[in-house]
Amino acid sequence: MMTPKKRRRLAFAVAVLAAGAVLAGGIVYELGQNTQYFRSPSDIAANQVQPGIAFRLGGLVQQNSVHHGSGADVSFLVTDGKGTVPVEYNGVLPALFREGQGVVALGVLNGTGTFVATEVLAKHDEKYMPPEVVDALKRSGRWKEGGT
Amino acid sequence: MTGELGQLALCFALALSLVMAASGLTGARANAATARGIAHGATMGMLVFIALAFGTLTYAFVTSDFSIADVANNSHTLKPLIYKISGVWGNHEGSMLLWVLVLSLYAGLVSALGRGGPQLTSAALGIQGLLASAFLLFILFTSNPFLRLDPAPFEGAGLNPLLQDPGLAIHPPMLYAGYVGLSASFSYAAAALIVGEEGWARAARPFMLIAWIALTCGIALGSWWAYYELGWGGFWFWDPVENASLMPWLVATALLHSALATERTGAFRTWTLLLAIAGFSMSLIGTFLVRSGVLSSVHAFASDPTRGFFIMVLIFCAIGGALGLFAWRAPTLKGGAAFDTVSRETALLLNNVFLVAACAAVFVGTLYPLLLDAINGEKISVGPPYYAATFAPIFFALLLLVPFGPMLGWRRGDLKEAARALAPALGIAAVAALAVLAIASPRFLTGVCAFAVAGWLIGASILSFIKRKGARASAFAAALAHAGLGVTLMGVAGTTLWRSEALTVLAPGQTMTVGPYTLRFDGVTQEQGPNYRASRAHIALMDGARVQSLLTPEQRIYPAEGQDTANTAIRTTGFQDLYLALGDDRGNGRWTLRAYVSPLAPFIWLGGLVMAFGGMLSLWGRLRAPAQVPSAVAQPAE
Repeated sequence: MMTPKKRRRLAFAVAVLAAGAVLAGGIVYELGQNTQYFRSPSDIAANQVQPGIAFRLGGLVQQNSVHHGSGADVSFLVTDGKGTVPVEYNGVLPALFREGQGVVALGVLNGTGTFVATEVLAKHDEKYMPPEVVDALKRSGRWKEGGT
Repeated sequence: MTGELGQLALCFALALSLVMAASGLTGARANAATARGIAHGATMGMLVFIALAFGTLTYAFVTSDFSIADVANNSHTLKPLIYKISGVWGNHEGSMLLWVLVLSLYAGLVSALGRGGPQLTSAALGIQGLLASAFLLFILFTSNPFLRLDPAPFEGAGLNPLLQDPGLAIHPPMLYAGYVGLSASFSYAAAALIVGEEGWARAARPFMLIAWIALTCGIALGSWWAYYELGWGGFWFWDPVENASLMPWLVATALLHSALATERTGAFRTWTLLLAIAGFSMSLIGTFLVRSGVLSSVHAFASDPTRGFFIMVLIFCAIGGALGLFAWRAPTLKGGAAFDTVSRETALLLNNVFLVAACAAVFVGTLYPLLLDAINGEKISVGPPYYAATFAPIFFALLLLVPFGPMLGWRRGDLKEAARALAPALGIAAVAALAVLAIASPRFLTGVCAFAVAGWLIGASILSFIKRKGARASAFAAALAHAGLGVTLMGVAGTTLWRSEALTVLAPGQTMTVGPYTLRFDGVTQEQGPNYRASRAHIALMDGARVQSLLTPEQRIYPAEGQDTANTAIRTTGFQDLYLALGDDRGNGRWTLRAYVSPLAPFIWLGGLVMAFGGMLSLWGRLRAPAQVPSAVAQPAE
């Protein structure tokens, strides 16, 4: 026979375990739903990316590829030397957005292989590149140590 | 000369911190009064020398002494004085020096206030000494701010312009006061384990409160800065760096509540000890995340891997050591006191369960990308929807339950009586929900719920204040802090659900509308600041054909650093913000302009202030009446 105190403790322990299991399950499920992978243009060229799923695209803005529309819409090409992806974006470009410089964009691929960006970041200064972009450039052999 | 003086002061401080650790821990024994005396003396000595070192570095920054590498790399003669001073901690080396300065200030406070028995205080000082010596070693070997440059450069490299902002000048010291403040409760908890528990929760309470107040203010400041400086109109981005400050806050909040029960009735004895250890562990992990360069952000200073390694070893030793001590000693302590299923303790227990769960959700979301990167080099990020799906519902459930706590008695409460007492708050919640249904459009179910809960929280706070009229300051303090949650909730709901946004490319003379406002673009002028050039947009807020007022959002370029910042223009009525950010130049005088109308945005930070004020009131009550030991039996319903 259990004393009332022991029974209460057992009930509490069971409740905490159950709540913990629900929490852990929820966290794992939501992580799976909301993880955005980082992809380079060569990953896309190799057909590694499904259309319609949000991810981060990183690389260099190709020279002479930026075209402004009549409104706030803009299109440009992102390249890592091995692959090139057209990007469409309707919004404010970061102040440090430049042709030939590193960029990270968040968005999805549409059916025709164009990346529709919802956010464009250029979180870097003249000396600094986003580490993901550096990695992508290293993998495609375009990275020069000490100069970009 | 100044550099050598600072270096020497740091070496003396290191020696004294070692003395403090040895004598403080020796003083934990009953018959070691001499050692205790030495520990107190060494604490004050260390404080003096670290303050001297910090003063020396500040002097070097103010006088632009570029023979010191740290100054040359992070300062500039043209910088305004305030940013020369804030530049002291706007870099890795200086920020670590600020960290130990705050640590030694808390050690000095522990020594001076001397709450708890002499043995407890002494052991706590010993632990503080250990922490201080570890960080001083870290500074001297990997992050020395006093290293010389020969030859000295003629001009410095400047400070990250994002950091050149009055909000950010005081944001780091504020956050550090919070992070490091948790070291005091950590030290008290470890001391309690060494000495055998002896009212440590009561002794450590002022420090928990100071740390919590500072964290609350620091987080609010950081969020406000992100709002007006980043130009995205948001107030919280679930950036790992923001999460690094939120996690200690969640644990500190849990600790404040659990320690209250431990102090008053002896419930949750071991759990409170564990939370005190966890709180400072979160601070250390936050520092590691932010400072080691694992994350790329304006906060990441250290890119030198030896530093990251050293901090990791330090974290491992501190957390591992404390947990080891806990595993060894906790079973020898008296178990937690009993309480009824319906009681204040149960309410506090639920508070802790939800806060720890919320912290776990943030922790996993923040560290999972780092873990995955370490395992297979896969770069991922976890977006805001993850937090909306995990953190938000947990915290929302917590807010629903908050009003019950103060209405229930210690040990044994009466749920029916509490429900009766809270009935008017339910009425206020209903009124808030109906008001939202009547005023707001479009109608969101989440919005209605959020305002109902906000009304519930604020209403219950008013009720508990009326009910406990004439009670101690702590009752009023709790009511204020809980009401602050309601205020912040309204702000968060208002801006996230009902914000209107407009993005347009404008030529001079053209107008745009956002929400109820009509804006005329009058062109962009180039301005020269002390150390930046600005593109300043001139926007007229129109009232029919009349210009009501002028707003000037800017984009600044800092040539010395080669970097840009957005300086938004915000016009607030107190209940609604009109928020303008200048975008990019589209040629021929045309610029993109982003405008937001954010209802109730100021409430987000106002709520934070109210919470912090509640904390201050509680602290004031504590420091004013140190001798009184409240008895749970004498005041059952308080």
